[in-house]
Amino acid sequence: MTALDVSLQKQWRGFALDVAFRAEGGATVLFGPSGSGKTLIVKAVAGLGRPDRGKIALGERILLDTANGITVPPEARRIGVVFQEPRLFPHMSVERNLLYGWRLLEKSKRPAVDEIISLLGLEHLLKRKPSRLSGGEKQRVAIGRALLASPELLIMDEPLANLDEARKNEILPYLSRLKSDARMPILYVTHSQAEADILADRIVRIANGTIEHIEGR
Amino acid sequence: MTLTDPEITALWLSLKVAIVAVVVALPLAVWVAWILSRKTFFGKWLVEGIVHLPLVLPPIVVGYVLLIAFGRNGWIGGFMREVFGISIAFTWIAAAIAAGVMGFPLMVRAIRLAFDAVDSGIENAARTLGATRRRVFFTIALPLAAPGVVAGTVLGFARALGEFGATIAFAANIPGETRTLPLAIYTALQAPDGESIAFRLAVISTIVALIAVALSEWLNTRSRRQMTGRDS
Repeated sequence: MTALDVSLQKQWRGFALDVAFRAEGGATVLFGPSGSGKTLIVKAVAGLGRPDRGKIALGERILLDTANGITVPPEARRIGVVFQEPRLFPHMSVERNLLYGWRLLEKSKRPAVDEIISLLGLEHLLKRKPSRLSGGEKQRVAIGRALLASPELLIMDEPLANLDEARKNEILPYLSRLKSDARMPILYVTHSQAEADILADRIVRIANGTIEHIEGR
Repeated sequence: MTLTDPEITALWLSLKVAIVAVVVALPLAVWVAWILSRKTFFGKWLVEGIVHLPLVLPPIVVGYVLLIAFGRNGWIGGFMREVFGISIAFTWIAAAIAAGVMGFPLMVRAIRLAFDAVDSGIENAARTLGATRRRVFFTIALPLAAPGVVAGTVLGFARALGEFGATIAFAANIPGETRTLPLAIYTALQAPDGESIAFRLAVISTIVALIAVALSEWLNTRSRRQMTGRDS
């Protein structure tokens, strides 16, 4: 399976981020309190933010290499992102949301739609607009949308943080199943010990912009 | 009420001028609104100032500036006369340019507000799904800003329809060529017994404006329904 190699430095409003780690096989959990720099890492890896210096590689592909002036734009990185807020497209049905990235793939590279829809239990929601979904349903659609774009890495940035306990417990089983089914490594960002315990194959503990330690399981 | 020939001429000319003005100005207004909403660059305040000038200047000044630029010896007018052998000033095209320039800032303002309201986080999500900036613009930002684009179009159209000061300076008041409804009303009021003519023209203007507003309301309801998936 492809591995993600990250090394980043960034100064931002008096905050210094300096991290290096590798994520491969299964779920790597970026664990740390808010303000520890997790989101800066996610943005840099997804291509939505620029570090001052750094190098990011996904398998053989260099996504960022500031020393050599290489920056691959987010649309060419093949990295799926599930954000804290679902960020669904409000003017499209659930079905069109799900297929947004899928349609942009070459036919031969498109993953099986039905498989992912049933993995996430979305069958009965396809015709609805996002405004008519519950918080948990929205987040499941966001996960499905990311998976259907056939990413080589899936980032989940605190995907459960905005949900209440009941909704979290509704989604966690899907995430566990996703983890065991997924063909791509997962980078899971959280400050919840419970989520880390359930999902992590490897925990990267971050505080104040540096890595405290990395533990395997 | 049945319309007289001069009334039909003025109405038709007004519609032609306003529609051409809006159709040509709209893509430019969308582009400028997008830039002003999403980009920061050196000299942005100057661009904003120039875009808004027609809104704050007396219209007659705008018309005068257009006349200088597009007149026979102006820097654009002179060029067009030498290269294409055409003169724009005092034609219906001049009236359309005047109307478009005067409506432009209103269009940009409404559309820009709509772009400001589109969450850039949603656009970023689309990028991570493989969409280029261009695709994100056309599939996410523009559809979500559609109500603002409609509002801007109607505002611009209404402004173009009502344009007087810049038109009379740049296009003059030629029956059948540049005498739009407002200029026809002005002409009627100058005549000794033209008040009833002016009144009829004013009624026609009001009806056209009401139709435009009703059309935009209908379009807005439609796009809101699309957004929420609700029936009301």
